[in-house]
Amino acid sequence: MTTATSFTEQSKPEIAVCLEQVVCSFTTSGKTVRAVDQVDLEIAAGEFFSLLGPSGSGKTTCLRLIGGFERPASGVIKLFGADASRLPPFQRELNTVFQDYALFPHMSVLENVGYALMVRGVPKLERIKRATEMLESVKLAGFAARRPAQLSGGQRQRVALARALVNRPRILLLDEPLGALDLKLREEMQIELKALQRELGITFIYVTHDQGEALSMSDRVAVFNHGKIEQMDAPKVLYDAPRTEFVAKFVGSANVIPGVLIGRSGLFALRPENIRVLEGYHNGLSGELLDIHFLGAQTRLEIRVGNERIATLQSGVSHLERGAAVTLEWSEQHLRQLEVSA
Amino acid sequence: MTSASWGLRIAAFLCIFFLHFPLFIIVLYAFTTDDKTYAFPPPGLTLHWFTVAAGRADIWAALWLSVQTALLATAIALVLGTMVAAAMYKAKFWGKESITLLFILPIALPGIVTGIALLSTIRRVNLEPGVLTMVIGHATFCIVTVFNNVVARLRRLSQSQLEASADLGADSWQTFRFVVLPSISTALLAGGLLSFALSFDEVIVTTFTAGTDQTLPIWFLNELFRPRDRPITNVVALFVIAVTLIPILLVQRLTQAGEDLHGGGKTS
Amino acid sequence: MIRRASGVLHGRPWLGLLLLLIPPLLWMGIIYMGSLVNLLLYSFYALDDFTGQIKFEPTLATLQQLFTSSSNVDIVQRTFVMSLVVTIACALLAFPIAYFMAFHTKGNSKAFWILLVLLPLWSSYLVRVYAWKLLLAKEGIISWFFDTLGIRFVLDWILTLPIIGGFSLSSSYLGMFLVFVYVWLPYMILPIQASLERVPKSLLQASSDLGAKPNQTFWKVLLPLTVPGIAAGSIFTFSLTLGDYIIPGVIGAPGFFIGQMVYTQQGTAGNIPLAAAFSLVPIVIIGLYLALAKRWGAFDAL
Repeated sequence: MTTATSFTEQSKPEIAVCLEQVVCSFTTSGKTVRAVDQVDLEIAAGEFFSLLGPSGSGKTTCLRLIGGFERPASGVIKLFGADASRLPPFQRELNTVFQDYALFPHMSVLENVGYALMVRGVPKLERIKRATEMLESVKLAGFAARRPAQLSGGQRQRVALARALVNRPRILLLDEPLGALDLKLREEMQIELKALQRELGITFIYVTHDQGEALSMSDRVAVFNHGKIEQMDAPKVLYDAPRTEFVAKFVGSANVIPGVLIGRSGLFALRPENIRVLEGYHNGLSGELLDIHFLGAQTRLEIRVGNERIATLQSGVSHLERGAAVTLEWSEQHLRQLEVSA
Repeated sequence: MTSASWGLRIAAFLCIFFLHFPLFIIVLYAFTTDDKTYAFPPPGLTLHWFTVAAGRADIWAALWLSVQTALLATAIALVLGTMVAAAMYKAKFWGKESITLLFILPIALPGIVTGIALLSTIRRVNLEPGVLTMVIGHATFCIVTVFNNVVARLRRLSQSQLEASADLGADSWQTFRFVVLPSISTALLAGGLLSFALSFDEVIVTTFTAGTDQTLPIWFLNELFRPRDRPITNVVALFVIAVTLIPILLVQRLTQAGEDLHGGGKTS
Repeated sequence: MIRRASGVLHGRPWLGLLLLLIPPLLWMGIIYMGSLVNLLLYSFYALDDFTGQIKFEPTLATLQQLFTSSSNVDIVQRTFVMSLVVTIACALLAFPIAYFMAFHTKGNSKAFWILLVLLPLWSSYLVRVYAWKLLLAKEGIISWFFDTLGIRFVLDWILTLPIIGGFSLSSSYLGMFLVFVYVWLPYMILPIQASLERVPKSLLQASSDLGAKPNQTFWKVLLPLTVPGIAAGSIFTFSLTLGDYIIPGVIGAPGFFIGQMVYTQQGTAGNIPLAAAFSLVPIVIIGLYLALAKRWGAFDAL
């Protein structure tokens, strides 16, 4: 392992992936769409970096550009400082875990994992040894002889992971790797993936549309919308200080409040959990309680203020009833002014 | 699924009867003792004509020529058909429809057109009609059969498997060798078997391109027009059915529900 | 070396495409299209009246023969009508069984029915024609069947009918028609069945749910949706009948067909120009038909 060892507090970390003004467009039925639109991006070696966004936002295309499955129309992609824009996938020192796992159905689990070694001409004995070790590390030692079709979804996922890691890549690309798993398994795998990344110290670039997943696992997150990066920050910053309306709504579904409502100009984000609800009319923002959703530890209240619908989260059970008049309160520090997008 | 009305059921069964009864008749007549007419019912049954047919050198020679031709034509069709399939299965480009039409044309146009067209060219370039010209003619209409089988399988091959292979360090040739080829192997086998059956049985293009050579279908055709050895013809008929059906049944096993046989492009 | 080549190919998919397409396109372009063009050229030559050799000078004389000689016009007409009748009969016969296969079988039983249709299609064409020679012969099984039932007079009466009748079934247009229908029927069943498979069952339910009677559903919903399948099947039945020379030769009805004309002209008569001219007829008809069928969506059903 050559990477991440230089990652000390004094020296600036090495840049693993760098995108400069990258554009990638597709033509479907005569119309050209810019899937990735002038994206700039720097990912440090050893970082767990997530590309977050709704479907069609360009996050997967961005990953595919890094993997070499798409070519940029313009712009430069650098891997560890070297221009890789025109490099085919098989000449890039990175590997990918595909969304559908893309395991080879006609090969055994062991052959799948050993594939990267086989095509590089690693002798058979060493190949088997290393593939077996890799399988052990993903806890699938007893499954070497099986076919992918004989495995469960979670097991296939691990095989895909082992196959991508066997050649010790410096960067691992993961395209919604947990999308096909059920909730419980997904949560387990999130923890495992994060632990694995810490243990190996290699760069993970992780595509997901699940904001919870991105927030819980990543060192940094880039939020994609319409082919552009709306905001790129550490999860906590992203959550506490969303810069745009889109980010505010997509990450943690904040209320976006027009300034006129509170006697200011501009747009403001306010998290549901940062709002207190008082019964009756008081000084401040008042409205009518539209709906009550009991969520267990919390209760979600929907309140109509003017033409806006504002959601709040209260701990415990609410004694309020639908139709009640309520007043909203919050502390100034939780109100975030948003950039008005063009 | 509602149950079919009796009328529909009977119509379907009658249709199958119509399609299969003549084949049954072929089986029956191979054993008849009658060697002068086609009388029904046969006056008696015998295995005698099988031994007579087995001793005929001209039949063995014709059979061997048919096999050789079919093997060579199939080999060419496998290579060319796979290439077209690989080029066409996902790419979109200008003129793609015309190319598809070009490969369908030999089975969409009557065989006699292909036959006379090839013959006119053979005459013009002063080629000697024979095995070579037959193989060329057969390969031309076999390509589409291989193409149909392979392209159907390629469309089922997930794109991400090819990407995964490249991602893991395989170049295009390695990806073809280790991922694509194993995935299409049964389609190749199916296409090859069908091509073989197609070529083995072909008579119309063959009559124009064979010159004086005699394949088994040509031997049979001569008997059809001018019957000389009726009982032996009966036996050969049974044999030919068996030989063409074996590949079909194998293909049926190889592909689910015979989907790859659809529009497979058999023509006469 | 291969790695470098495949690196060059990467990102230039058109280059790989070209390399893959060139050999097969050369084959089809030179051998097949070249031959068709050559065939077309031959139809503009004529036989020298004195030497009987082909004169390689462009002339319209041979093509004119097609339209001026009444016997040639008869041949074209006869073949065309037979192809049409055979196609219609195949469509009528194929529809019920295709419907049954599409809507009343599934899984293994569907696969089995498809196999039942495929087996005759793939068994030898010649042998199947031969089987009908056995069936239709004067001493054959069909005569025996009518005799046994004691209704021989029905068969004899049919054979006295003009046009379709003849000395025996095996030398009548009726017999020829039966053989054509038999030999090409599977080509019609499979595309119709395939297009019926694609009709969503819910559509039929919706139609009857909206108050359509079964025959209304059939004419207004089902049939229009199967037009591509029928069109695809009819390309085969029509084209195959149009060019066949073996069945008209074996079933000895009087009167030549286009295929026979092509065969004898190039063979015994040595008149390749006239054979070429005759073979243009099916090319033109099929060409027009393909253009029509394309509009009906037949290529999607192939």
